[in-house]
Amino acid sequence: MNVLVCIKQVPDTEQPIRTKPDGSGIEEAGINWILNYYDEHAVEEALRIREKHGGGVTVVCVGPPRATEAVRTALAMGADEGILVTDPALEAADHLVTARVLAQVAGTLAWDVILCGRLATDDNAAVVGPALAEYLGVPQATAVTKLEIRDGTARVEREVEGGLEVLEVELPALFTVERTINEPRYPTLPGIMRAKRKEIRTLTLPDLGVLASDLEPRWRYVRFDPPPKRVGGQVVHPETPEEAARRIVAFLRDVARVL
Amino acid sequence: MADIWVVVDHEGGVVRRITLELLGKGRELADARGGRLVALALGSDLDGLTTPLGEHGADEVLLADHPLLGTYTTEAYTAVVSEAVLQHRPWAVLVPSTADGRDFAPRVAARTGAGIVTDVETLRIDGDRLVATRPMYTRKVVGTVAFAAGVVQIAVVLPKVFPPAQREAGRRAEVRRLEVDLDAGAIRARSVERRGMQRERVPLTEAEVIVSGGRGLRGPENFALVEELAEALGAAVGSSRPPVDAGWVPHDYEIGQTGKTVSPTVYIAVGISGAPQHLAGMSGSKYIVAINKDPNAPIFQVADLGIVGDLFQIVPKLTEEVRRAKAAS
Repeated sequence: MNVLVCIKQVPDTEQPIRTKPDGSGIEEAGINWILNYYDEHAVEEALRIREKHGGGVTVVCVGPPRATEAVRTALAMGADEGILVTDPALEAADHLVTARVLAQVAGTLAWDVILCGRLATDDNAAVVGPALAEYLGVPQATAVTKLEIRDGTARVEREVEGGLEVLEVELPALFTVERTINEPRYPTLPGIMRAKRKEIRTLTLPDLGVLASDLEPRWRYVRFDPPPKRVGGQVVHPETPEEAARRIVAFLRDVARVL
Repeated sequence: MADIWVVVDHEGGVVRRITLELLGKGRELADARGGRLVALALGSDLDGLTTPLGEHGADEVLLADHPLLGTYTTEAYTAVVSEAVLQHRPWAVLVPSTADGRDFAPRVAARTGAGIVTDVETLRIDGDRLVATRPMYTRKVVGTVAFAAGVVQIAVVLPKVFPPAQREAGRRAEVRRLEVDLDAGAIRARSVERRGMQRERVPLTEAEVIVSGGRGLRGPENFALVEELAEALGAAVGSSRPPVDAGWVPHDYEIGQTGKTVSPTVYIAVGISGAPQHLAGMSGSKYIVAINKDPNAPIFQVADLGIVGDLFQIVPKLTEEVRRAKAAS
């Protein structure tokens, strides 16, 4: 059972993110670049599939040269091979372009399962996974919280509004994983040492035979702004719980008008 | 084509609130473009939907009625929506940002060559293109996106960002049926069952009022305090991340970067400190009320009403007071 994991390097959003004064992007100085949180869960799930069914785990990342570090994190967790697709022509890529590039990479590899994070925590788009499944012509399940593989079929659970859905999915297939699917392992010291020595295959667009027409983004970012600042209102220290309750009820009735 | 399409979210023969929100926005866009507002509904036995869709602004209702569409599957939805988009080439397609909407819309875009923007919070027309804004980076940035010339524009729109369309009794839509050709054998991701957790009076993403509990509740048993207050208010119950990580409540309660994004009229945060990752999911709320014993909790910087005090004493009193107020009104 060979697993391909698609990963992304994103800014650590626990830290401040500032937009440039002219709105053309975010300030990259001081950003701590990390492996997308959901992708850690995808890598973990791939390792568990390998432990149970054998086979190999390959991670592939589309990004600038610094994204090598995200690939290395996945290798340190235990992935077997790492691929980085990097090309200046991909700077304006939208998600469909990225998915197209990933599909070209997937076409050169042998895999039974592709795993992606449910979304990337930079832009929250959740588009690349399903679009990649479409380009490859394989079935999918998104926001997967449980994945079991038996006899060429995956039995999965996915989160839906107010409940969960159980699906049976024929392999090969693509799954995007929810954070509750597993608890990712920390890279071990030997793992980190091994990952440092491992060669990461770097590909550019000419290597992949991507057509120029596939690189046309269907939208572009016009600008980036800080969100409208939410101004806090009153903070009160009521003398008694009764007074606190009365103040909240008055607010709900007279200001918010929900009572 | 100048038409605006809305993909209908419905359950048990009832049009869901987010559909009405998209119809409201869709009507405005269609009028501005001089196009028609078309509601596209997929399912089986859909005839009951045509009246409410017409009364809420649709000029035309496109019905894809087929037994294989009775249960959502990625492949059947993708096939039917893609076919319709390729045939009619609408100017824009508004898709509800639900688990299913986010599942099929990217595939439709990939299949049809349309552009797709998700997590849409605002939409306006600039020239002959749509411009959308969407929250990014844990809501620390608002990105503005413009679609490229000539592509079908698919916007996957967050719940509760647009007001629902007003009902106009007696207004009627033209009804058309799509020819649906589906083969059960071509569906390789099959739905076995959908299990409701049966906990939600109202889905979190549609709720007018949400009461949400955090680490300050100290243990799963104390979530009852939050549940009771929510019941008194007719509100939905949510949580921040720590109670989910501690296993007090399931993940579908979670609001924040790694959970749901909500925009209720009132969000009552009980024992929630207000970490950025939580604010990412709820700072779009109209009013925020926070109860926390720590006067320095960051939640107070965004709360319209902040109450510093012991939630274990305040919440039961508040529940009583709400019940009294409801009984009096």
